[in-house]
Amino acid sequence: MKKWQCVVCGFIYDEEQGLPDEGIAPGTRWEDIPEDWECPECGVSKDDFEMVEIEA
Amino acid sequence: MAPLTILGTGLAGYTLAKEIRKLDAGLPLRLVTADDGSAYSKPMLSTALARGKTPDELVMASAADMARQLDARIDTRTRVLSIDPAGRRLHTDHGDGAFSQLVLAIGADPIRPQLAGDGADDVLSVNDLDDYRRFRQRLDADGRVLILGAGLIGCEFANDLAASGHAVTLVDPAPQALGRLLPAAGARQLEQALSELGVQWRFGSTAERVDRAGQGYRVTLADGSRLDAGLVLSAIGLRPRTALAAAAGLATGRGIEVDRWLRSSDDQVFALGDCAQVEGLVLPFVMPLMQGARALAATLTGSPTAVRLPAMPVVVKTPACPVVVAPPPPGAEGEWRVEESADGVLARFERPDGSLAGFALTGAAVAQKQRLTRELPPLLG
Repeated sequence: MKKWQCVVCGFIYDEEQGLPDEGIAPGTRWEDIPEDWECPECGVSKDDFEMVEIEA
Repeated sequence: MAPLTILGTGLAGYTLAKEIRKLDAGLPLRLVTADDGSAYSKPMLSTALARGKTPDELVMASAADMARQLDARIDTRTRVLSIDPAGRRLHTDHGDGAFSQLVLAIGADPIRPQLAGDGADDVLSVNDLDDYRRFRQRLDADGRVLILGAGLIGCEFANDLAASGHAVTLVDPAPQALGRLLPAAGARQLEQALSELGVQWRFGSTAERVDRAGQGYRVTLADGSRLDAGLVLSAIGLRPRTALAAAAGLATGRGIEVDRWLRSSDDQVFALGDCAQVEGLVLPFVMPLMQGARALAATLTGSPTAVRLPAMPVVVKTPACPVVVAPPPPGAEGEWRVEESADGVLARFERPDGSLAGFALTGAAVAQKQRLTRELPPLLG
């Protein structure tokens, strides 16, 4: 499982946790999130995210 | 054909250009910026120390990279001196040019504190990447950093500095942190969490003088007390940049006045982001800017689209105590109902009929953000 960080606001999407509040189940991989999805904290589109190294 | 011209290459200018390119690959596009045109995200400045990022590492793309990506002409280090809306011309310190449509995405200026003393001009504000470079160059590992203003930016910088081992003092005339955003109970939790990182608070006071002293500064507060600091940072607020628009005869209020299509009083001139006042609202946050950029890109490429703004809570980047606020509209009737527990505050601002008009969450309660946001009316429905 990986983590992805929004380059605009720093929000981190953690695949392990998903975003149950937005209907994204825990374990949902980044590539399976719809292309029209937006960062819940700042509203940027999915293509403005970048991958963050998994924390040890 | 004269290009669609965007003034400003901050988040607003570049986001709009990207959205335009998603809809129209061929439209001639020009961006003009007073700085070097580096693409970076301003919200990331206040968390860069703790993330171990240098100012250079915050740059996502150079102006040349952006010009290629966007298939646009980007004029850097170019100041716009005046706009002629009727003639559709722009006058800059590097010559004149025509535009088809013009978008002002020029941001806001930091409000400068009124200070006496020979160190007053050395007080820094961080409003862009160039400012941030100066701030990092002057940041001394040993010296105390004194921050004027315990609002959103002041608290974010205090958290970032304190978590990176700097001694920080915040000075604010209000009796609490985030005075315009948080009820007192929520502020207390934030203050306590930052105090545990070593932050000191001087509420109910303002700085009156900043004098040079040795390698640093001696700051005199209104109550006569004196504080020594290696660096003084001002974060007392922002004011939308309206002078260029006003000089061109465009309607301005607190910001450049625009309608729901982000159109100014001239039908070929638009404004987006921190410089704009949309139907009376000045919303200097990222989310309204993103919503605005998408709608405006459609409008500018031939599909007039009104901006719709859902309720948009603001996330304050203070990792020591997470804070999310959806401030009630100015003048809203009602009162705060506060539930306080050891690990968080959940405050609802309720109208007399019990409906939710705003909220503030700290600590563990930030998990309630989505649920409460769904209860709020849209900002612009």
